[in-house]
Order: sequence, then C-alpha cells, then structure tokens
Amino acid sequence: MSERVHQLPEEPNPEIESVVERYWLLQKAGGLVAPLLTVVLAFFISGIVVLVTTGSVGDTLQTYKAIFEGTGLSWFFDIGNYNVGLPFTDAKVWFPWNTNEFESIAAANLQQTLILWVALVLTGLAVAFAFRCGLFNIGAQGQYLAGSIVAVLIATELPKVVDLPGWLLIIATVLGGMLAGAAIAGIAGLLKGTVGAHEVITTIMLNWIVLWVGSYFFGIGGPFQTDEAGTAGTVPSSADIVEKAKLFLFWGDPLLQGVHIGLFAALGALVVYSLTLNRTTLGYEVRAVGHNPEAARYGGISVARNYFLAMAIAGLFAGLAGALDIVGWEFRLDTTQIQGSTVGFIGIAVALLGRNTAVGVALAALLFAALQTGTASRNLDPEFFPPDLASSLAIIIQGLIVLFVGADIIVLLALRRLKRKRGARLTA
Amino acid sequence: MRRLPRGRRAVAWIGVIVGVSAALVALPPIQVRSPVAPVIFGLFALTIGIGSWIRGERRIGGYAIATGVLGLIIGYLATRSSVEHLEAVVVWGALFAATLRYATPLVFASIGGLFSERSGVVNIGLEGMMLMGAFFAVWGADVTGQWTLGLAIGMVAGGLTGLLHAFFAVSLRADQIVGGTAINFLALGLTTYLFFKIYGSEGTPTNLSTIPDVRLGFLDDIPVIGDFLHDIFGQLDLMIWIAIVLVVATWVVVFKTPIGLRIRSVGEHPRAADTVGINVYAVRYGAVTVSGMLAALGGAYLSLGFVNSFDDNMTAGRGFIALAALIFGNWRPFGAAIACLLFGFSSALSDFLQEYSTSVSTLFEALPYVLTLVAVAGVIGKSIPPAAIGRPYVKQ
Repeated sequence: MSERVHQLPEEPNPEIESVVERYWLLQKAGGLVAPLLTVVLAFFISGIVVLVTTGSVGDTLQTYKAIFEGTGLSWFFDIGNYNVGLPFTDAKVWFPWNTNEFESIAAANLQQTLILWVALVLTGLAVAFAFRCGLFNIGAQGQYLAGSIVAVLIATELPKVVDLPGWLLIIATVLGGMLAGAAIAGIAGLLKGTVGAHEVITTIMLNWIVLWVGSYFFGIGGPFQTDEAGTAGTVPSSADIVEKAKLFLFWGDPLLQGVHIGLFAALGALVVYSLTLNRTTLGYEVRAVGHNPEAARYGGISVARNYFLAMAIAGLFAGLAGALDIVGWEFRLDTTQIQGSTVGFIGIAVALLGRNTAVGVALAALLFAALQTGTASRNLDPEFFPPDLASSLAIIIQGLIVLFVGADIIVLLALRRLKRKRGARLTA
Repeated sequence: MRRLPRGRRAVAWIGVIVGVSAALVALPPIQVRSPVAPVIFGLFALTIGIGSWIRGERRIGGYAIATGVLGLIIGYLATRSSVEHLEAVVVWGALFAATLRYATPLVFASIGGLFSERSGVVNIGLEGMMLMGAFFAVWGADVTGQWTLGLAIGMVAGGLTGLLHAFFAVSLRADQIVGGTAINFLALGLTTYLFFKIYGSEGTPTNLSTIPDVRLGFLDDIPVIGDFLHDIFGQLDLMIWIAIVLVVATWVVVFKTPIGLRIRSVGEHPRAADTVGINVYAVRYGAVTVSGMLAALGGAYLSLGFVNSFDDNMTAGRGFIALAALIFGNWRPFGAAIACLLFGFSSALSDFLQEYSTSVSTLFEALPYVLTLVAVAGVIGKSIPPAAIGRPYVKQ
C-alpha cells in the first residue's frame, strides 16, 4: 500500500502553479480588500439583473434596501430604551436594542439569520479545514445530511429503548450526528490517502448516496417514515424528535423558531478550528500537508493519515451542523428538506470567501445567512421586487461571489506586480 | 482487427457472463422458480472471478465477482417474489427503451465532459450547463415556435456557459473546481430566475414545438426478434439516435483525427504541446465551449424531448451522474456511453420497481453513485484521469 502512496503526488513542476500553492498565496494575502471587492462586484452585477427586472435605479436600490431590512441586520441600528430579561432570573435590565420579536420585525429576522448562521459557520469550517490540508471538500452537504439523518434517528428511536435524561440524549444525538459526518467524510479521506481517489469525485458521490439513503429512510414506505397525523403533513417525513431532545432557546419564542444554544457551539467550533490549526501538532501537520505534501512527507509526516484526519475532522464540523439543525429548530426531516437543502454547498462559498480563517468564515457565514434570510419571500416587500424571484437572485449572488473568489488570484497577482513596480520605482 | 480475449481474460469474461445468467435464469422469459439455479450460477461466477483475481486479472475478475454477487442476489430475490410482480417489473423491451431514454441526457453531458476533461479542464459545471440548455431550449422553442431553433438557442446558451468557464479556468487561471461550482450556482439561479420571471407559476406552455420521435415500423417485420426490437427501437426520440451517432463520432474525433490528438496532448502535457506549436489556450477554450454545447443538448433533450416542459432545477443532479459516468468509463467515449447505459438502466429499473415498492426504488437511485465510488476506489480496475487535469497552464 505504502508503495502506491509514494507514486501519488503530482510530479513537482515548478512551471505550473498548483492549486494548493495558489491557495497558499491567498492564505498569506489575507486582508479584507479582495473579499470585499468580490462581494461588492457580485452585488453590483446582480444589481444589473434587478435593474433589468424592475426597470428603475430607484427600485433597484429599494430592493436592496428591502433585502437588507429582511436580513434583520438593521436591528443593530435601531437603538433605544429597551430591556431584556436576565437569563435564569425574572429580572429585567436595560438594553439598547429591542429583543422582543413580536414588537420588532428586525429582531425576528435577525433570529432567522442567526439560526442559519450556525449551520453555515459549521459547514464553512468543514470545507475550510479540508482546504487547509489541500483537499476540496465538496461533500459538506452530504456530511451535513448524514449528521441530520443520524441525529433524527437517535432522537426518535433511542428514547424508545432507554429513557435518558434530556441533556444526555442531546449529547448522544449531537455526538452521533458528528460521528456520522466524520464517517462519511472519512471515507473520502481514506480513499484519497490510500488509493489516491480524487476527493472531489468521491465526496460528490457520497453526497448523492447520503441524499438517496436519507430519502429512502424517510420517504414513502421507508423504514423510518412516520404515519402520525399532524407531524407529517403532506410530505412523507420522519417522526418528530422527542421533546426533551430539543435544544434550549436563549432568544426568541419557540413557536417562531428562536435562536438555540447551538449558536455557542458554533462559536466554540470557530475557536476550536483556529486553535487546532495554529496551536497543535495535528494542525501543523495538516497545514504542512496542505502546503506541500511532498515536503511534508520528507519531513516525516504521514500524508495519508493527515488526509484521513483532515476529512474526518471536517466531517465532524458538518455533522455537528446537521445535528444542531435537527435538535435546534427542524426537529424532523422530510424528503423535500433532504433533497432541497443547500447548506453544505453554501459552506463552500463561505470557506472560499472567508479565506479559510475562523474570523473570515464567521463573517462570510453572516453575509450568506443574511442574504438567504433577506431574500426569503416572506421577508421581502413585493412592492419593489417579486419575492419568488428573490431567492433565485440570492443563488445568482452566491454564484457570482464564488466565481470571483476563484479568480481573485488575478487581483492579488496584479496588486503584487503593482507593488513590485512601485518598489522598483522608489529604489530607482 | 482486434483479437478476441484469450487465456485468463477470456475465463474472467466467462465468469461475468455466468454471473449475469444467475439473474437471467430467474427472470422472464425463463423464470426458473427454484432458488437453486441462481445460487449455483452466482457461486460459479464468484469462483471464476476470485480465481481470475488471484491470477492477476483484476479488472475483469472484479467484474465477474461483482456480477456473480449481484446476479445471485437478484436471481434469488426474483425466485422469492410472485410471478405477477416479476412480469410487471421485468418487461425487457420497455425496460431497454426506458434505459435509452434515461441514458441519453447523460450521454450528451458526459461526452461533453469528455472533451473538456481530455483537454485538461475539470468540468464540475456540467450540471449547470445542462440546466442552461434545458431552459433556453424550451424558451427558444416557445419564442420561435420551432424545436430546431430551440435546440440551437439552448446550445448557444450552453456554449456561452462553457465559454465563461473557459475564461475563468484558462485565462484567469481560477481554480477549475471552484469555477465549476460557481457555474452550477449561477445556472441554477439564472434559469430559476428567468423561469419565474417569464413563465411565472403557470409553468412553460403546453403547446411547445418538441423534438419528434423517430418511428421505425418496419422493425416489426423482422422475423423472431422483430417484436422485441420494435419494442425498444420502434419509437425513440430523435435525440437518442443523435446521441448514438455522437458517441461514435466522438471516438473518431478524439482518437483518429489531428484535432483529437491536440485535445489529448493539451490535457496530458500542455508544455510539450505548446512546444510543438499547439495553441494550448485555444484548444482548451474550444473544448470547454463544445463541452458546454453538448451538455446543453443533454439538458435540451430532457426538457424538449423527454418531459416537454421546463421546471426549476429539473436536471436534478444528472450533470453529476454524467460526470460519474465519464470517470466510470475511464474518460473514453464508449466507456462513458456504457456507463451511461448502466446508470440509465438503474434509473429505468428504479422506475419499474416503483410498482413493486416505492422505498426500494428510492434506494435504487443511489446505485450509480455507489458503483462510481467503487470504481474510483480502484477495487475494480482503476480510473486514470488525463495527466494535466485541473492544472491551469501558464504560457512562458
């Protein structure tokens, strides 16, 4: 086996800049300028689409304003005299923002954005972690779904067998989801490390396998499809998870989908991501392999092992996202959800735009979560822009951002050349 | 003239045939009702397969093992299920005709992918290109009233999408996988946007000018197998025949003409190709554009030939199956076409199985992906991509 591994890496070819090298350059480039330019350009071009649709510049600006208000981010600008309940007490303390989602639409919208942010941060990290090892994890979607599916199975089936206390059931559910994600991703990592199967191909295949297995589980006649009235509605779906497996909401009304404590898990994951990569031996090895697998091998680092570990850890993040969505606000899975979810794919855009850094991922996830919420048909005023077009507009903007992020190496090279020229002029 | 396989290879192939027969004996029209027959056939195939594997004939031996196991399982299940069910599901003529119908969009897209990837540009954007073709063909046919012009407009839309991918992949040297992902997002957003903008919630018009069927009534007159042939080939969409021609033409172009040699050399070793005066950028631009046009034809067949309407995200992952077929077929036209037929057959069977059990039919949809995963894992032979795939070329 090891002999085969030795033949795997691409022949070193100094003339051709490898994908990994280019991402390394992007990594070093860091900064906010290029991603910001990318986003502005994407919004500008999609603005042209809106302009063509609405036919006036005023309406275009109004549409963007309406989308912004739909995101709930306007909440931060509405400062006044409000109060907020202190957690675990009956006391109310002064607060500059109105946290009552029944009084402030912005607050309700912001809750939606934050709920989505949790999932996007985690799938973004799943893509980013693999990226740092030189792997393109297109499979975050499948890993996310695997996490959701297993979480639903545990939180509906396990209580039938043993009666666990709520906190233990939640831990079991979330851990199960994470491990499912890790297992799915681990297959891709293992195949990459042992036989050199390209991770893009294997993760795409795994995405579809998980999607169809999930559809089988919860589809018509599937082994875990429920016939319970009221929960299933018209679409075949799983049973609802038991009440005590649902996460605590720290902001919002349970009837309106409030923000669950999974938000702190996402924040924690950002810290873990950053620390693991920058402060541990594992992170060092992962980055070394990502930078140059050949050099890492000479340095005594097992490339195959790190490919596997990087993918498995990526899967942990994505699986966590899937499990948290289930115990946080979805509570069940149906086939349209399984087949229509795109959280993992947006995670690719999040990681790319966020430059695979923790802070970048957090910010990019906020942008995409806000975009998604802001263009949701219920949040958008139909006076300026037809709501049924808005969600496609969001997809177009996502596509443009990914397209430009992929090409911003050109911007960086141009900037670098410019700098060099200026430097030359100064010395002359 | 190619020689027939000999020695171990021939033995391994016999194993494959025995494995297939394990399933066949239990299915109509033979329908042996005793489970002993498929089990014996299956085990025999398995033995031959393992024997061949040990003696080094891994690829075909692997096929024999796989068909042996599958044949045993299918054959056994068939003997367990009722005769009425069997005869409802296994209608060979209809099954093969449906296979061709399902395989055709995949063939167009995966042949498209072949051009792009043979020239060294990864094309994850096949899905998006298909979607563009599917929408713009319907839109074109609606506006002009002619399916021919609809096809042309769909192809132009696909070609432009390919051009965009080429611009980012070749000229801007953007990462090709990122670019392809972006193409998929963009195409999905754009077609859904235009679909709702132009057709609203009512959907595309029902009186579209659609791609005609080719009727071959004379097949019926052929003795013995005439009926059977007529069931399969008697009434097929024109695009299915075009797809068959396309596969042969692609093989000729890619392996027997200077153009094909250029495409392949650019994909294998662009520096060497450049040295002998081949314009690497031009070849890649051309190949990726053609790739977009062909994928668009696949999408156009889907909308304008198969279901006669457009719906948002109607390709539903077929672009990715096409990509899988390309890899499964080892980046070769006939290999890819056979993989498309295999995947098409699994879709057709899944359709027919719906009568039997909806949930099993759903599970069946995962089969092409599992097969591809096994194929790229190198368990059965190994897929070897073009050497310079995914790497941008920097001219010196």
